[in-house]
Amino acid sequence: MIELIAGKYNYWIYITLMMIGFYAMIAKGNLIKKIIGLNIFQTAVFLFYISMAVREGSTAPILLSRAHGALTPETVTYTNPLPHVLILTAIVVGVSVTAVALALAIKIYRTYGTLDEYRIAKMEQGAE
Amino acid sequence: MRLHFPVLVVLIPLFGAILTFFSGIIRRAWAWYIAMAVTFVSFAISLDLLISVQTAGRISYWLGGWAPPWGIEYVVDYFSGYILVVISFISLMIAIFAGPYVKKQIGPEREVNFFALYLLLITGLLGMVITGDIFNVYVFLEIASLSGYALVAVGKKKGAVVASYNYLILGSVGAVFVLLGIGHLYMVTGTLNMADLRERLPELYHSRVVLTAFVFFVIGFGLKFALFPLHTWLLSAHSLAPSAVSAILAAAVLKVNLYALMRVMFTVFTPAFVYEAVPIQEIFFVIAPIAILVSSVMALAQTNIKRMLAYSSIGQIGYIVLGIALANETALTGSLLHVLNHALMKGGLFLLAGVIIYQTDRYHITDWKGLGKTMPLTMLVFTIYGLSMVGVPLTAGFVSKWYLAIGALEAGRWYFIPVILVSSLLTAVYFWRIIEWGYFHEPDDPEDAKDRCHVPWAMMIPIMIMAFLLLFFGVAAFIPEGLARQAAIMLLGAP
Amino acid sequence: MEMIQSPLPIFVIAVSLIAAGLIRLSKDRPNLREFWTIAAALVKFSLVLVMLRQVLAGQTLSYHLLTVFPGLDIAFRVDPLGIFFAVTASFLWIITSFYSIGYVRALHEHAQTRYFTAFAVALSATMGVAFSANLFTSFIFYEIITLCTFPLVAHKETPEAIRGARRYLTYLLGTSIAFQLPAIFLTYTAAGTLDFTAGGILAGKGSDTLIAVIFVLFMAGIAKAALMPFHSWLPAAMVAPTPVSALLHAVAVVKTGVFMILRVVLDVFGVDLLGEIGLGTALAYAASFTIIVSSVIALRQDNLKARLAYSTISQLSYVILGAALLTPAAVTGGIMHIVLHAFGKITLFFTAGAIYVTAHKTKISELDGIGRTMPITMTAFTIGALSMIGIPLFGGFLSKWYIVLGAVEAGQFPVIIVVAVSTVLNACYFLPIVYAAFFKPPRPEAAHANPGTGHESEHHVYWPWKKYGLEEAPLLMVAALTFTALGTIALFFAPSSFLALARMIAGG
Repeated sequence: MIELIAGKYNYWIYITLMMIGFYAMIAKGNLIKKIIGLNIFQTAVFLFYISMAVREGSTAPILLSRAHGALTPETVTYTNPLPHVLILTAIVVGVSVTAVALALAIKIYRTYGTLDEYRIAKMEQGAE
Repeated sequence: MRLHFPVLVVLIPLFGAILTFFSGIIRRAWAWYIAMAVTFVSFAISLDLLISVQTAGRISYWLGGWAPPWGIEYVVDYFSGYILVVISFISLMIAIFAGPYVKKQIGPEREVNFFALYLLLITGLLGMVITGDIFNVYVFLEIASLSGYALVAVGKKKGAVVASYNYLILGSVGAVFVLLGIGHLYMVTGTLNMADLRERLPELYHSRVVLTAFVFFVIGFGLKFALFPLHTWLLSAHSLAPSAVSAILAAAVLKVNLYALMRVMFTVFTPAFVYEAVPIQEIFFVIAPIAILVSSVMALAQTNIKRMLAYSSIGQIGYIVLGIALANETALTGSLLHVLNHALMKGGLFLLAGVIIYQTDRYHITDWKGLGKTMPLTMLVFTIYGLSMVGVPLTAGFVSKWYLAIGALEAGRWYFIPVILVSSLLTAVYFWRIIEWGYFHEPDDPEDAKDRCHVPWAMMIPIMIMAFLLLFFGVAAFIPEGLARQAAIMLLGAP
Repeated sequence: MEMIQSPLPIFVIAVSLIAAGLIRLSKDRPNLREFWTIAAALVKFSLVLVMLRQVLAGQTLSYHLLTVFPGLDIAFRVDPLGIFFAVTASFLWIITSFYSIGYVRALHEHAQTRYFTAFAVALSATMGVAFSANLFTSFIFYEIITLCTFPLVAHKETPEAIRGARRYLTYLLGTSIAFQLPAIFLTYTAAGTLDFTAGGILAGKGSDTLIAVIFVLFMAGIAKAALMPFHSWLPAAMVAPTPVSALLHAVAVVKTGVFMILRVVLDVFGVDLLGEIGLGTALAYAASFTIIVSSVIALRQDNLKARLAYSTISQLSYVILGAALLTPAAVTGGIMHIVLHAFGKITLFFTAGAIYVTAHKTKISELDGIGRTMPITMTAFTIGALSMIGIPLFGGFLSKWYIVLGAVEAGQFPVIIVVAVSTVLNACYFLPIVYAAFFKPPRPEAAHANPGTGHESEHHVYWPWKKYGLEEAPLLMVAALTFTALGTIALFFAPSSFLALARMIAGG
């Protein structure tokens, strides 16, 4: 049991973070807090990707010339570079999502004068 | 040039979006022309690709010349070729419609932004369809989603921003789930190419990680295409967005996400795995009939036309899911036909709602009395769409329902027939109300009758083309049927 | 039987569709508009006659229009049963057209263009059902009939008319989608084809239970035949203008229903298969039940058209009864009843319309003494009623005779009792009307209620009776109803070509 938790602690951290983010998105009434929740949620997944790529004792995947000595592809384990690249893309996407979400939040605040989900819903019902 | 068509079908709308944005600085009116030209070109290219697939079989395009599985591969086969044509055609129709619509209903100052976003959305959708790389699906998914969120919020309706915000939150959750699914698959296989994944996965089917990945895909895409009960965001997003946007969301965005799930289910995983290792069939067998029936009843309770159409979409998605779950050639053909038919029907109906709102500014069907006299052409076309939604013979809607029903019988599951029929009857009731109000009641305000219809032809023509296709594909159903059957055989068949 | 390819059935269907378009275009010129109706009716009838000659010579015409997708075709076939129905409907359309013109002009009806357009389309669809070569084609035309008659039923646009029309639509569309369509699905999966084939396509294609389920679904799904408990749309449809009730709800629509039942019994299941499983007998009992019960209900109706409607429900079941007995003579009788009942009932509806136009009366209790001012109309009514009852010298006798003969052949003696009882009931609900009209003195308040006459010049319709001291309906209407009444008698003396066709179908 301990092995299961300690041996794969990176996954547990990502799951915990994800749940925190998910909770914030569902339970918080403030629209900005929801966006923060979304960010935590996304970051958790980034962490999952990055930790997946790491191998014990590995270095950054930079190809050095043989003249530098010991660090050659034959002798060194590299971390897998691909997940990093993927996550770079995903971070860009995450930033864009946050930007759009914040823009919407601003527009909502200008329209309704509040960021509270409950009060907005009430106003909407009143309008109909 | 023709060699590069698979990538051009995505690049042209992408550069079109940028071009639109900058040309808008010089002259606003150009935005619409560029959008029409761009969507027309991608439609023409898609058509050409589909024809090439018919003669030469699967087309694989290596992006940048890197061979898969290292490089990104674009794939056009029977399935993606068919969906490409559907999506690009619908986007062309809606682009034509949107010109005068946006000018009046959204405001001339937003015209440029609207069309730039619209083309970005199309880029994302076409990219999702054509790509053979699973991470690429995620990227295009987010391109499409982000422009989708923005388009929902672009309208004048007050609640639209909130609807867009909720759509964004749930949509992002869906997208992150998809990302997680991709991550899990990559973790065990080390590849992102779909064809490569298909070869490597079977030996890992016992692994729990693979199973988890599959579940993430179903929930992630399910959120995106409003699989019951993950549909709540759809109602407000589709009903409060401007009609042109509702049309593209219902006709294309839902369909492409469904397509992506089917891609994953049938070509990344194998049908054998999907139907045996996971109880997905049983789950869909419960979800789909509930979605079909509940949404029909709810649609009946609505008087706001766009909310009614939004509810109806959930049920129509249920039909497609039912066909997927039945998993025989006939039913899957029915599902694929319904993808086309529903795209035409719901796209057209949202556009029609747009036309009526454009003219009368009335959202509630109870206010549509005597519309048959004031807007005879609109009402006539509306009747055609209504008949097709009900599934009256000689309209396209009948053909897909026929295939689904026969598919259900072939699978020995006759109890889905009453579901299909009851929902058709309910559909008949909620469309009939509108037709009756339009034709058999006098307008409340006699002044209305004198008000001449001033809807521009640019808005009516796409709707009429789609109505014509509904009738044409109801009579000459063998054309889409042949394409859909090929795709169904490919999906169910051996690799 | 010789099969020949011929596009004639398409032309027959197209004639009134084209006419519908022309009627719509000439909406501002009533005379031209009415000319199109009449012309289409005449052309259609002559085309049908051409085909009749070919069919009587032993040929079957067929035409394949298109394949919707593999396995589902729209195709036409003209065989004895189809041409029989087509001759009846297209001939009566000519007469009804004249009558309609008199009716709508005398009453200043609104939306006359919509009325004539929908009428023409309805006739096209009726021909479509008559000439369908498979279940799918007939299902399409069946639904078209329902949809295009909706505007006719809802014609008055009063809340009552809308309610009646809605009920009409709900029943017909609802049952056809809920029952007939699944029956077609099941037939298709079981037999692999939907083509009508003499002797049936389902024999040996499924378990008895499956066959029985399909059969019940068909009977429930063809609500146009008004088999109880799917009959109540017919009285509801009586809110329509009378010519509509006359042609559509005594001939085209309801006969489409019984025609489809005949088709299903003869060409989908086949007489042998039904006999084996005993479904024929079950259907015969259902039909008998409908005959008796609706006759009893008819007795209690005071509205003339409602009484006629219930009478129609009961008479339709004669046709079904004939088919259900499964013997050649009974089938002949059932088929003959299609045309004989058509002539008789259309006469009765014509007279009801004439009374409404002239005296604005709809209730039977108001008809006392009306035979004195409207002798021609009421004589025609008497002829129609006697034919309904089945008195010799009038057409209705023939079909009853054959059905009884068939019942004896089949050994179904209860059926004979049913026919006898129903004859008595028919007499009970028709003869008092005749008696009251001719022999009772007119009620005082009814004497001056004749607002219909006197507007001769505005009506554009010839209304010559005043100078003879009579208060008949316009000449066009009276001529039409006289003609059909005489037809009822003529059919008794010269039924030869109809009978020949019926025998060809029944194989007796």
